[in-house]
Amino acid sequence: MAALTDLTIAEAGAALEKGDFTARELTDAYLSAMETARGLNAYIEETPERAQAMADASDARRAGGKAEGPLDGIPLAIKDLFCTEGALSTAGSHILEGFRPTYESTVTQNLWDAGAVMLGKVNMDEFAMGSANITSHYGPTLNPWKASSGDNAGKDLVPGGSSGGSAAAVAARIAAGATGTDTGGSIRQPGAFCGIVGLKPTYGRCSRWGVIAFASSLDQAGPIARSVEDSAIMLGGMAGFDPKDSTSVDLPVPDYAAALTGDIRGLRVGVPAEYRMDGTPPEIEALWQQGVAWLRDAGAEIVDISLPHTKYALPAYYIVAPAEASSNLARYDGMRYGLRVEGEDLTDTYERTRAEGFGHEVQRRVMIGTYVLSAGYYDAYYLKAQRVRTRIADDFKAAWDSCDVILTPTTPSAAFALGEKQDDPIAMYLNDIFTVPASMAGLPAISVPAGLSADGLPLGLHLIAPAFGEETLLRAAHVLEGAAGFDVQP
Amino acid sequence: MALDTDTVRRIAKLARLHVEEDALAPLADELNNILGWVEQLDEVDTEGAEPMTSVVEMVQRLRVDVVTDGHVQDKVLANAPAEADGFFVVPRVIE
Amino acid sequence: MTDTTDTTADAIPDHLVAHFTSRIGHNSADLIEGETGSWEIVIGMEVHAQVTSESKLFSGAPTDFGGEPNTHVSLVDAAMPGMLPVLNEAAIRQAVRTGLGLEAQINLRSVFDRKNYFYPDLPQGYQISQFSDPIVGEGRITVDLEDGESFEVGVVRIHLEQDAGKSVHDRIPDQTCIDLNRSGVALMEIVSKPDLRSGVEAAAYLSKLRSILRYLGTCDGNMQEGSMRADVNVSVRRPGEDLGTRCEIKNVNSIRFVRQAVDYEARRQVEILEEGGEIDQETRLFDPDRGETRSMRSKEEAHDYRYFPDPDLLPVVIDQAYVDEIAASLPELPDKKAARFVAEFGLSEYDAGVLVAERETAEFYEAVVDAGGAKRDPKIAANWITGDFFRRLNADDLEITASPVSAAQLGGLIDLIADGTISGKIAKDVFDEMWDSGNDADANRRGKGPQADQRQR
Ligand SMILES: [Mg+2]
Ligand SMILES: [Zn+2]
Repeated sequence: MAALTDLTIAEAGAALEKGDFTARELTDAYLSAMETARGLNAYIEETPERAQAMADASDARRAGGKAEGPLDGIPLAIKDLFCTEGALSTAGSHILEGFRPTYESTVTQNLWDAGAVMLGKVNMDEFAMGSANITSHYGPTLNPWKASSGDNAGKDLVPGGSSGGSAAAVAARIAAGATGTDTGGSIRQPGAFCGIVGLKPTYGRCSRWGVIAFASSLDQAGPIARSVEDSAIMLGGMAGFDPKDSTSVDLPVPDYAAALTGDIRGLRVGVPAEYRMDGTPPEIEALWQQGVAWLRDAGAEIVDISLPHTKYALPAYYIVAPAEASSNLARYDGMRYGLRVEGEDLTDTYERTRAEGFGHEVQRRVMIGTYVLSAGYYDAYYLKAQRVRTRIADDFKAAWDSCDVILTPTTPSAAFALGEKQDDPIAMYLNDIFTVPASMAGLPAISVPAGLSADGLPLGLHLIAPAFGEETLLRAAHVLEGAAGFDVQP
Repeated sequence: MALDTDTVRRIAKLARLHVEEDALAPLADELNNILGWVEQLDEVDTEGAEPMTSVVEMVQRLRVDVVTDGHVQDKVLANAPAEADGFFVVPRVIE
Repeated sequence: MTDTTDTTADAIPDHLVAHFTSRIGHNSADLIEGETGSWEIVIGMEVHAQVTSESKLFSGAPTDFGGEPNTHVSLVDAAMPGMLPVLNEAAIRQAVRTGLGLEAQINLRSVFDRKNYFYPDLPQGYQISQFSDPIVGEGRITVDLEDGESFEVGVVRIHLEQDAGKSVHDRIPDQTCIDLNRSGVALMEIVSKPDLRSGVEAAAYLSKLRSILRYLGTCDGNMQEGSMRADVNVSVRRPGEDLGTRCEIKNVNSIRFVRQAVDYEARRQVEILEEGGEIDQETRLFDPDRGETRSMRSKEEAHDYRYFPDPDLLPVVIDQAYVDEIAASLPELPDKKAARFVAEFGLSEYDAGVLVAERETAEFYEAVVDAGGAKRDPKIAANWITGDFFRRLNADDLEITASPVSAAQLGGLIDLIADGTISGKIAKDVFDEMWDSGNDADANRRGKGPQADQRQR
């Protein structure tokens, strides 16, 4: 039998149900794997006692015939953006040094109610601002993959971000699955870089209550897992209406795993011309064409579509997200929790606390956000960006007349080396060029590992569906996954 | 709309971020680089496009007016950098 | 509570406030006669009225006044990471109710915005307020003066917003203590047009507004507890000329202080202008001990609130049926009630005005008149209430709701006069005994019938 940590959530769940091993044994396997993989710096805080207690409780439930379902006894890593009661919750920031919430986020509570086990809190870009997991106060997380050739051969690679710790942990088999959050690509891009599945649900599908806010109108929690089936299982455990979040949508949670029929005959797959961008490496373009072929071979109908405002999504995002962040991060002022750096007076205390507590990228975005909302610039920047956002959403609405899902690449490149793009924010931002449009429109999207680059690094394909079209999205992703047959491990 | 160092100083003040005097100019360059890039949005014809207020097409739900919360002083103060007699304690607010 | 240190309490930006006055004529006796000629005072008010509700605007924490520090606080009110606002229906209902009571436009779609600024009593680092799309638009209030004159004041808008917490400065040396019990309590900000022309008028406006809110049950009007406080914008000009530069006097927390603050501030501005000086647009505080206003800070450190729609909330959409249902439940408001008292009971406008000023007084009066289907003489009832009854209330410093003589008891006394059992003169003694004993008139008139009257002679 394979190592316990190699099993998918679906496989582990079936084995737990059969009694092949206990949740405690599974959890202990992960805990010891975590110890040996500490070099990746995936976890900010490991919670082994809590994990074992939760696993024991799961075993007791199962022994009593009261197992909760497919997540009962499954060990998960939780992105440090989720507030977890009594466990460190820092958003990867110095300013939340030592912060232990007295409350549990709705999404994690849903997972614990479904019987899942918490292994610990995983690393991330500070306040989810980044695409390489290099802005964390707790240092960078490393990608478990290494390039086999090329300029980056042998170098430490980034796992992507901001959910870099989540993706690295799942890829490195030190978590069966992980929660992530996606504001502009923060689940899907690290998913692609680490060769695993990353799903961003429709905005409003998972509660934002207890998730430390980056950009409220874009933030959405979602699963990071090793298979589409696992993603479906995890989404079922995370999603649901929450009256504590005014933007949570009151719709029942379908059985997502049941949507994986393997049958996409007649499904109309849109291929947007505007995603064919200058400078995209040929291997990305080739993989995209391969994806089109796989879906066509599975019986889908391929449709050429146009999303004319695609190239403007990223600049509009870099107005809207920093604007919201500048306001969301105002509460980190050293008065009620977290870091306080005493200054000469109140204002000086504010300024020193925030200057020391926030890293450079966060400060840069807070400055941009403050500027675009300030008197005289609001209309030219913020309102303009929100109008462009309406155009982007309208592009997608028009596209749904002729297609059911849209296929694009996830990222314009494979994982890059630690230290690369560090001094050029725009080069870093361009990582999210393919993922941001769906974020701006609030649409569900998924990255599926589909192949390897010439240098032996994973590449992802990206599917987008209409709002609350997660079942269709997962069904198409499952077929893509099957066709790609991506079974390489780091 | 390039930012000068005075504007950067003013924005940093608004955002309550301490920036050393010699860091203002490099920060202005960084911000101008990004702002220059986002200005490509000017190419988009947004005539008639309403600014998006929410990506979910819903209206605000209303909560029934009942007391369901409060009396959790210990939780409110649990992470306070300084507290006394149930209050948060902060640097003196100058009137 | 009134946190007078909250220098950052808001001002509606100029472009959203109607700066033209809708006031046509006014009493010329209100002009200030200076050395160089006469000056007209122009006043507009922004009144913050605490919405009567059980729980806060965006959280389920209680709104009760007082309490141990930080006990009427939820994790939402303390702005813990990841906390989100959920809107209280009662706040919307009360704002609509207030709007209807002020004959105002009700906006079926409104938006909550964030107003960004840093202050230790503002945990989120922003106040959730309404900026360009408030729930209530233009309305009006008829204000009555002591001399019987009345005039109309335009209401620009009413919006909903969160209250801030409280800063306590004298507890720990060199430190400030923060209590968030008020943080997040729903406020209505009622913005008037610059239609007021004197301290007396400003005080009368606030008094009438308070009366209407109390009739509506949308604000308890308790100014000692900070349930209502006024930001008073004062400027002076030569009659007929354009508006002068205004100063905003923040958080005035009594009707009397409003009058004093305006009188002081207008004189101060006239003095400056007559000496050839200029008025600095600034925020000022009224110091009740000295009876003067003083500068809080100049506009040099200009605020830039960076308003934008709160992405944690969605547009508030209500339908006309909801508004109609609230409209159907409105009580008779003081102006209508006074008109009815004049028409139906034959009261003088003055007496009617006195009786309707407080909802409880009007209700007491109507209960005295109502003898269970039959009707007591409304003029005699009015005379008793505005006479002996008010005398005793004032002497004992009691609210009408705490009166030892109930409306039914006072009615019983009037009945004894009406049927000749006692004379009007004796009735005054009986009333005082009723007041002191709490007994009915019957019990107190023993030995005080007409015969007793004669014996005493
Ligand atoms: Mg105001
Ligand atoms: Zn206000």
